[in-house]
Amino acid sequence: MTAAPTSTAAPVPVDAAAPPEAPVPTMRFLPCADVGVLVELESLADVLALHEALAGDLPDGVVDLVPAARTLLLHLDPGRTSVPEVIRAVSELRPTRRTRSAARSVEIPVVYDGPDLDVVGELTGLGARGVVAAHTGQLWTVAFTGFTAGFGYLVGEDDRLHVPRRATPRVSVPAGAVALAGEFSGVYPKASPGGWQLLGRTPLEMWDLHRDPPALLSPGTRVRFVEVDA
Amino acid sequence: MSGAGLEVLSAGPLTTVQDLGRPGHASWGIGRSGAADRRSLRLANRLVGNAAEAAGLEVLLGGLELRPDRDVVVALTGARCAATIGGRAADHNTVLRVPAGSPLRLGTASAGLRTYVAVRGGIDVPPVLGSRSYDVLSGLGPPVLAAGTVLAVGAPPARFPSVDMAPVPDPPAGPVRLRVMSGPHDDWFTADALGLLERTAWTVTTASDRIGMRLAGAELPRVRSTELPSAGVVRGALQVTPAGQPTLFMSDHPLTGGYPVIAVVVDADVDRAAQVRPGQDLQFTIVPNPPRGT
Repeated sequence: MTAAPTSTAAPVPVDAAAPPEAPVPTMRFLPCADVGVLVELESLADVLALHEALAGDLPDGVVDLVPAARTLLLHLDPGRTSVPEVIRAVSELRPTRRTRSAARSVEIPVVYDGPDLDVVGELTGLGARGVVAAHTGQLWTVAFTGFTAGFGYLVGEDDRLHVPRRATPRVSVPAGAVALAGEFSGVYPKASPGGWQLLGRTPLEMWDLHRDPPALLSPGTRVRFVEVDA
Repeated sequence: MSGAGLEVLSAGPLTTVQDLGRPGHASWGIGRSGAADRRSLRLANRLVGNAAEAAGLEVLLGGLELRPDRDVVVALTGARCAATIGGRAADHNTVLRVPAGSPLRLGTASAGLRTYVAVRGGIDVPPVLGSRSYDVLSGLGPPVLAAGTVLAVGAPPARFPSVDMAPVPDPPAGPVRLRVMSGPHDDWFTADALGLLERTAWTVTTASDRIGMRLAGAELPRVRSTELPSAGVVRGALQVTPAGQPTLFMSDHPLTGGYPVIAVVVDADVDRAAQVRPGQDLQFTIVPNPPRGT
């Protein structure tokens, strides 16, 4: 059996300047050969904090960051740095769980006429109008992206809208569909197959290559859904 | 005065424009993409005197036919195919001149999967997010080549080709051995799984493309049956499905994956994987992860 190449960051003393409610998150470093370091964290909030701390000032040789539910992957250029160097740089960063201040925010207008609105109303016990109220009534945060260009996995402030995916995915979900699955909400940037529960649709272009930046959503962006008439 | 143009007379099974990719856009959901065999593209660019970042053509299984409208300098690397210029045999891994109006024709590759064509000046299609690579997964980048496409060639670089030929071995037709490092999720598997990964001759299945290569040979047993929260994955990752079957992630892989990764192919060996055909075998040698600390 090969020794698992895992370790935990050395305990770091709490920064005297940081408020006591902002402890340094525990990080576990998992090397991905010589091209990546997967940092395991305890919560999505810790992932976002570390992503924010790194995104503005990437350590030398780190070429990309991929946040996910409990991990942040650092892609590195093995010609310019090494896994131990990147682990050391991240360990010394000491991000804290302070709330993010300068997050971008986006309002997404939605026509709530999706084919799964009634089903979600039943699943949650809120009824269709209750679902709309819950969806528009909370602040959502882009946790991470993936699936397709411009798609953001949004987390809300409570679990009222946590619903399973559809048992049978749709062959095609239209662009702009506003949907729910598990603990997430999301907006389909282009027509694609999908198993999420569809609440409605937005006329906003989630992905536009001729815009800068092309993606409306990126990790940390705050989102509020606003109901509009068809 | 504008540069040369290359008219595509025949595109073969799949020919795409590729450079070294577009890193840095993961937060928008975009992967790096780029040449599947970066080493061969780099070599082709070096032969014609281009910068390493210049875009070339990645030709799957040959079949490409191009006709330049003025004299161009090209190089062919990667999978060796029977190539001709104006009907005369053209060599591999060397600097070639294609006269205006003479077709450059790539026959079927005898070994290997992907041939790279670099042209002095580079393929000058508009970059998308800083790269001219076509990403099969996201659809970003210049469209797949089709007969009738005319590709612009960029201005020739100031420097001249400094090597005439490169003595590099052709991709092998037999088994290919790649070095891997265990992790990041090797603790999700039984103690024997890494040994099984090393002992097994893995056959590359036909379910293989620029996104990933599905391998057949054994089942890698897991000790945890819980669901892994989706996590970022790297090129070269060996992700294992609940049925125990590994997939080797290639250049256009998804940003994240929902299954554990038992091991990752070291960067220097990933390019060789891109030349392995369906039906050929892959074998893995586990090498130690780099030591911690300085």
